[in-house]
Amino acid sequence: MAKQSEIRYLTPLSVDVKKKKYCRFKKNGIRYIDYKDPEFLKKFLNEQGKILPRRITGTSLKFQRRIAQAVKRARHIALLPYVTDLMK
Amino acid sequence: MNNYETVFILTPVLSDAQMKEAVEKFKNLLTEQGAEIINEEDWGLRKMAYPIDKKTTGFYTFLEFNADPSVVEKLELNFRRDERVIRFLTVKQDKFAFEYAEKRRNKGGKKQETHAQAGDNVKSRKQEKAEPVETEVKSNEKED
Repeated sequence: MAKQSEIRYLTPLSVDVKKKKYCRFKKNGIRYIDYKDPEFLKKFLNEQGKILPRRITGTSLKFQRRIAQAVKRARHIALLPYVTDLMK
Repeated sequence: MNNYETVFILTPVLSDAQMKEAVEKFKNLLTEQGAEIINEEDWGLRKMAYPIDKKTTGFYTFLEFNADPSVVEKLELNFRRDERVIRFLTVKQDKFAFEYAEKRRNKGGKKQETHAQAGDNVKSRKQEKAEPVETEVKSNEKED
């Protein structure tokens, strides 16, 4: 055990192996984002119910726009809150 | 002619029969104007994510129809005039939405059948499990 950690310390191989982000809609071939499915849309919201930026979710611009549209529609018909605390 | 879908929320103060009557009214309005109703879904009494008009629940109804744009205007005017409707949203289906809606109908059709067979028991049980407080709220409002 001790030996192993020593080796790791000397050769820091896995320091910067970041996982590449990808757009889940492009990858899975989803073409329409449904505003009637709040559980799905919650994946793109933070705990206060704000829409997460693309730099975190990795969504492409095209689908980010559609997410925003769907979330706003869902908020209007009270499927999602406009403001909240501790949504999840 | 375009494809539209609309979701509207009726106030929870209504009884089941009154709610059905209100839905029927809007459906009749649509068919009178020459619209073709493609799909209808009753989502039942749902808890809303935030209170509207001091009400925490509402009867959700979802309609899909094929109509001229002028019909939508008339429908929305009637939504605004009707006090039982507390919120509505009408959306035009683009080609992706139309595809999705078709898939949803095919899937939902089966679901609805089983739903109808099982009757209202399933529905009420689900509601109780999800929101035991909800029914209480409703009865209070009725008393008022």
